[in-house]
Order: sequence, then structure tokens, then C-alpha cells
Amino acid sequence: MTTFLLILKKEFRQIFRDPAILRLIFLMPVMQLILLPFAADYEVKNIKVGIIDLDHSDYARQLISKLEHSSYFRLAAYSSDHHEGLEWLESEKADLFIEIPPRFEASLIRENKASLQLFVNAVNGTKGNLGSAYTMGIIQQFNQEIRKDWFEFPKFNPEPFITVIGTSLYNPYMDYQRFMVPGILAVLLTMTGGFLSALNIVKEKELGTIEQLNVTPISKIQFILGKLVPFWLLGFVILTLGLLVSYVVHGIQPGTNIGNIYIFAALYLLAIVGFGLLLSNFTSTQQQAMMVAFFFMLIFILLSGLYTTIESMPPWARKIAYLNPLTYLVDAMRMVLLKGATLRDLWPHIRVISAIGFVLNFLAIYTYRKRS
Amino acid sequence: MKDRILDTDMSIEAHNLTKKFGDFIAVDSISLQVPRGEIFGFLGANGAGKTTAMRMLTGLLRPTSGSAFVAGYNIATDSEQVKRNIGYMSQKFSLYQDLKVWENIEYYGGLYGMSLRQIKEVTDLMMHKLDMDQERNTLVSQLPLGWKQKLSFSIAIMHRPRIVFLDEPTGGVDPITRRQFWNMIYETAREGITIFVTTHYMDEAEYCGRVAIMVDGRIEALGKTSELKTQFGASSMDEVFYMLARGAKRNE
Repeated sequence: MTTFLLILKKEFRQIFRDPAILRLIFLMPVMQLILLPFAADYEVKNIKVGIIDLDHSDYARQLISKLEHSSYFRLAAYSSDHHEGLEWLESEKADLFIEIPPRFEASLIRENKASLQLFVNAVNGTKGNLGSAYTMGIIQQFNQEIRKDWFEFPKFNPEPFITVIGTSLYNPYMDYQRFMVPGILAVLLTMTGGFLSALNIVKEKELGTIEQLNVTPISKIQFILGKLVPFWLLGFVILTLGLLVSYVVHGIQPGTNIGNIYIFAALYLLAIVGFGLLLSNFTSTQQQAMMVAFFFMLIFILLSGLYTTIESMPPWARKIAYLNPLTYLVDAMRMVLLKGATLRDLWPHIRVISAIGFVLNFLAIYTYRKRS
Repeated sequence: MKDRILDTDMSIEAHNLTKKFGDFIAVDSISLQVPRGEIFGFLGANGAGKTTAMRMLTGLLRPTSGSAFVAGYNIATDSEQVKRNIGYMSQKFSLYQDLKVWENIEYYGGLYGMSLRQIKEVTDLMMHKLDMDQERNTLVSQLPLGWKQKLSFSIAIMHRPRIVFLDEPTGGVDPITRRQFWNMIYETAREGITIFVTTHYMDEAEYCGRVAIMVDGRIEALGKTSELKTQFGASSMDEVFYMLARGAKRNE
């Protein structure tokens, strides 16, 4: 027991004596958590819209002004020349343009219908999709309004209307920050837990101190636990800082089930620190360890449901996502922070993360070699 | 072969110990015996296989063939017992630069299972002997190299091992410190601790009880320095070494 306590003491002394690691642990998560959620936002704003007006009618102008007044759009170009539109897209002067054909107003009044053409630059898929969806919405609205203006409705509407009233639960304003903050916090926890533990052991390899350690009678378990426990504890410090920042800066109240986050994070950190230790067994320089960790980090982040839903991934990617420990943390964080999930709700996740943690740590201990 | 030799006055016994890395034979069937309390010098040019041999004897490396007993324990099957009974000072400086002197002592004491009280006693004694009472709270990175080496050695023997392995302990150290270092080695040997030391300073060979000279992975000569000088008709160990090492094919 004395041995183990002295090992822990030594690790903490080294951590607190290294200003770079301290910054990494305390400053980096706070800064990132304050700033990133404002930037990593799905809402597409300031879409540059171009108008080709071949009609110059009153209705055409009404439609244009409606687009102009939407907060999503910015009127970037206007012309009466059909060919210019494509040039706008080409030169990125506009993200999309609407062509109002000649006799738009006339056919709308006389024939009771008219068509518009919408051209979208879909290089950035998200922007293209959302841009065209917003435009459709506005045109639809416009359509409703002029119908009210011009056509007298019969007493009984021949077409029945179905109105859908949507209510957003858990995140009532569909605020992306509320969605992203728990996710980013999960990533930060993974980075510090997984990276720092890996780098720590590999650093001892580089310095040669690990050799000195390997000629002593300490057991594998003591060695691994001595490396695991400090980073596991640091994970809680980062988590607490992160939750404070989300509350103060982003107004996310953790609610009464905050303890569940800690319980889940305890298991998660065990898994991810084990991953770091495993990684260190197969690398011999800090550079290698960084590169490999980075490789896995990208997979962890992209296949975790942080940005995209797992259900819409291709089957092979979904399989990876279900093996990815970050998937469960991201989801659990969101469940607790946004829905106030109970341990019972988290139970399926708890089972999986415990299993992943067990396997990773077992492998880490199994593959650690005191002699070659 | 039985796992434990009981009639042991031998601290180290190696029989045809061999290590191959692929086709390369780093250590080629070496045999040697080192009795308790001896200062045994292990000489050889760079790349001759000294460090590899020592790494096998300390349980860091598994031998390809042959066997060895250290402190009476088989290095192949009982390496954890071996580790309890040896101290090791590696070629790379292996104290933590970002820890203070006393913190390094405390940590290594802990690894050998010493109690806090024992560690404190040993620390006081060590600081006094090394005349480093003022440096207790100094970061190891700020000590001069000679002090670091002496500290390293003291830490390697703080748990009173039966044998201590020193891998080029005086590399890069000034002559005065080297002399002090060898005085520490003598004192340790007098206490009954066996010393197994590699070096390529031939004047240091003269301080050893017996020496083995390794060339290309093999032991080409073994004995007291006076015997070796007679055997090879040389006036100094330098000459003996030169005669043997001239034939070496490996060179770094």
C-alpha cells in the first residue's frame, strides 16, 4: 500500500510541476468550452442569395423583399440577365439564386399558378440543403399570403388543411449550443484522459526511467494502476470545470441528476485511460503516440454521433460507432444534461462502457511487458 | 536444472548465455561465475554486447538460450525474485529530473517496498554520506553530473541488494568524481554486495577483482588483471584490450 501511495505521489508531483500539462488540463478545456459551442453550430446564416428578375412586376418585388427581410438571407446580387446567375455561383458571389421568369405575375393571376426556378450551389451539402429548405419555406409563406390577398376563398375550403403543430421537448428552442456543449465536453474528457496517460508512459520510455522501473519488483497491476489513477482523477477535475463553464457561459443547468454524469464519467474515464495505456504499450516515442492517438481521436469524434446521427451512417460505420466509447459518453451527457436521465435510463450505456473499459484495461495489463 | 542453487556463494552464474536478434548474435554463449562480494569488471568496445548481457542478467531481456542464476534465482523462470535482490544503474541517467533529490529517493524506496520510516532513515544517512544535506530539496536536473551519478548509485543500493549492476556508471564524469565513485564502489563491496560493472576505461579495470573482456559478443579473456597482463605479455590493460579488440569485426 505504501508502495502504491508513493507511486501516486510521484505522478502528481510530476504533473503539477509541468506547466505545459497544467495548461492542458485547466486552461485548454475551459477556453475551448467557452468558445467552440458558439462556432460549431449547424444553423446556416447569412446565405448569399441572388435574384434574376425577368418579370419586374409588383409580386416579384414583394417576394424579393420577403427574402431580404429573413435573417437567413443576404441579398448579394440582382440582375435581369439570365446568364449572370451561374456566374454568381461560380464566383461564389451567391450561394443560391432564384430566377423569376417573365410573366410571373401575369400567369399567377390569370392561370392561378406560376413557377420559379431555384439554383443552389451544393458543394457544401449542409449549406445547400438548408438554403434551399429555407427558400422553399419563404416562398410557401409568400404563396399563402397572396392567396389571401387575391383569391376569395369559398365558404368551405374545398381542400382540407392539415396543420402540424410541433413542440420541441428537452431543448425547446432547438438551440444548437445546448446540443453541442455536452458533446464538446465529452471530447475534451477523452483527449485529456486518453492522450495524457499515453504520453506519460511513453515519456518514461524515452527518458529510460521505465527501464529502472522494470528492474524493480513492482507488479504490472501496481504499475498500470499507478498510471491510471492520476489521470482518472484529473478527468473529474476537467469534468467539474467543464460543467461549471457550461452553466455559467451557456446556461446549461445540470439539474438534480448531475451525480449520474459523474457515475458514468467514472466508468468512461476508466475505459479511455485504459485505451491510452494500451496505446503506450505499442509506441516507443511521444511522437508516435501523438500520431496514433490523433488517428483514433478523429475516428472517435466523427463516428460518435457528436456531429451526425449514428442511425444515418452506413452499416459498417454504425458498427464502429457502437464500439466507440465516445459514442456512449456523448449520448449519456446529452441524456443527463438535456433530459435529466436517471441511472435506469443510462443502464444500457453503463453496461456497454463497463465492458469496453474492462476489455481495454485487461489488454493494457496483458500487453505490458517488464522484459522484452 | 533446479531453480534455486542452495550452496550459493556465487552471486552470478551464467552458462552459455546467448541472445540473438534475428540473425545477429549479440551475446554468443558466455559463461561466467562471480562470487559474493567481488567487484567484477565487464569490459568491451561499443557494441561488443556488454549491455545486452547485463540486461539479460537483470531480467530486462529474455535469453535466447543458455541459463543464468542471479542471487541463486533462475533469470528465465524467477525474474521477479531476481529483481528483489538486485540493484541496477543503467547507462541512461535514470533519476527523474523533475523531481527533487528526496522525492526520487522516496519513490525508488517505495518501489522496493520500503516503509516510510525506513526511507526516511536511509535518506538521512545517504544525504550525510554524499555530503548533500543542502541539496535535499534541489531538483535533480540542477545537480552536476557527478553528483547525479553518485546519487544514482546510492539509490541503486538503498534497498541493500545482494548484487548491483552498473552500466558504464562513470561515463562523462571528471577524474576526481570518478575516484570518489570508485571509493563508493569499494565500500559497497566491503559490505558484501557484489558489484558487476561495465566500463571501457581500462584504468578502471585495474580497480576490479577480476575482469572479463568481451569482443563481438564472446568473452575472449577472463581473470585478474595481473594474470591477463602476463597471459598476453602486455604491460597494461590498455594493451591487453587493444590486442583483443583489434580483431573485432563489429564497430560502431
